[in-house]
Amino acid sequence: MTEARESTAPDEALERLHARLTVAAERDGLLDVAYRTVDTPVGSLLLAATEQGLVRVAFPGQDHEAVLTALAEQVSPRVLAAPARLDAVSTQLDEYFTGNRREFDVPLDFRLSKGFRRAVLAHLPRIAYGGTESYAQVAAAAGSPRAVRAVGTACATNPLPVVVPCHRVVRSDGSFGGYAGGPEAKRTLLTLESG
Amino acid sequence: MTPFERIVTEHGPVVLRVCRAVVGPVDAEDAWSETFLSALQAYPRLDPTANVQAWLVTIAHRKAVDITRARARRPVSVEQVPERPAVDGVPREPDPVWAALRELPDKQRQAVAYHHIAGLPYREIAEIIGGSTDAARRAAADGIARLRATIGTEEAMP
Repeated sequence: MTEARESTAPDEALERLHARLTVAAERDGLLDVAYRTVDTPVGSLLLAATEQGLVRVAFPGQDHEAVLTALAEQVSPRVLAAPARLDAVSTQLDEYFTGNRREFDVPLDFRLSKGFRRAVLAHLPRIAYGGTESYAQVAAAAGSPRAVRAVGTACATNPLPVVVPCHRVVRSDGSFGGYAGGPEAKRTLLTLESG
Repeated sequence: MTPFERIVTEHGPVVLRVCRAVVGPVDAEDAWSETFLSALQAYPRLDPTANVQAWLVTIAHRKAVDITRARARRPVSVEQVPERPAVDGVPREPDPVWAALRELPDKQRQAVAYHHIAGLPYREIAEIIGGSTDAARRAAADGIARLRATIGTEEAMP
C-alpha cells in the first residue's frame, strides 16, 4: 500500500497508538520504567521512574540512550516513553529552576544505589538549599569520617542528581570539585541557589 | 535487553501496516494495541537471539485471528456496512487496496502481508499460519496475482 492510501497519516496514528499503549501498560502494571526528558538551564534532563518513584536523572552528557539501556538491564526491559508518571517531578524541576522551589517532594526509588553510597545520598537532602558541605563533612555525617574518596564516588555516581543535591558537596578549599553534569552545571545550580 | 521503547519505534510502523492489511483499516489500531501490550507483557522472557519482527508478527497474527472471529460473532447482517465516522475528521473514499485485500482468502492475505510487508521468509510464515513453506509461498504468490487482477496495476504490490 502506498503511503497516500493509509487511512491516517502514519506518524499521527503511531503517536496516538503509542499514547494508548502507555496508558494500557500503566493500567496493567506493565510499565516498569517510564521516562521523559525536560529542558532545563543545565540541559535536557532524562527523567525515569519506576512504580516506586523517580529512579534516574541523567544529564545530556551522560548519553540518554546508554542510560535507558542500563535501566533495561538493571531494572526491567519494560521501558517506555511515558511522560505522565513524570509530571510531578517535571513541574517541581520547573519551579526549582525558576527559583520558586527549594526542596523536592516526590517519591524516590534508590534501588540503583547501595550500601555506603546510599547512606551518602540519604544525607545530601539535609544540606540546606543555598549551603554546601565538604566531602569530609559528608563522610563524617554518613558515619565514615575517613571515607572521603568514597563520598566523591557516591556523588559522581548519584543516580538522582539535582533532585538529590550532590551539587552541594564541594572541596574543603571552597572549589567546586567534580560533577557528573560537568563543572558548568554545578556552577549554574550553586549560583541559582545562592541567588 | 533493548528497552521496549526501541522495539516500538523500530517495528511499530511495519506492524501497523501488517495489521491494516490483515484486519483492515478499521480494526488495525485495536490489533496493533493488543499486539504491543501482549508483547510488552512477554518481553522480559523473550529469547535474546529471537527475531523480534517475526515474534511481533506472530503475536499480531493471533490478535488478528481473535479480532476476525469476534467480528464474525457480531450479530450484524446487513447488505451495506454502515458508514463509519472518519477517526480524524477527514472524509475519504474507501481504500481500494484494502477492498481488494478483503476479497482474498485469509491465508493468502496473511501470507501477502507477512512476506511483502513484514519481509518474513516463507519458512517463518508457515510456522505462523500453519502448513508447509511451499504452501505459504504459493498463498503469497496467488494472493499477489489476485490483487494484480483486481486492481489491475503494479501498485497492487502492498
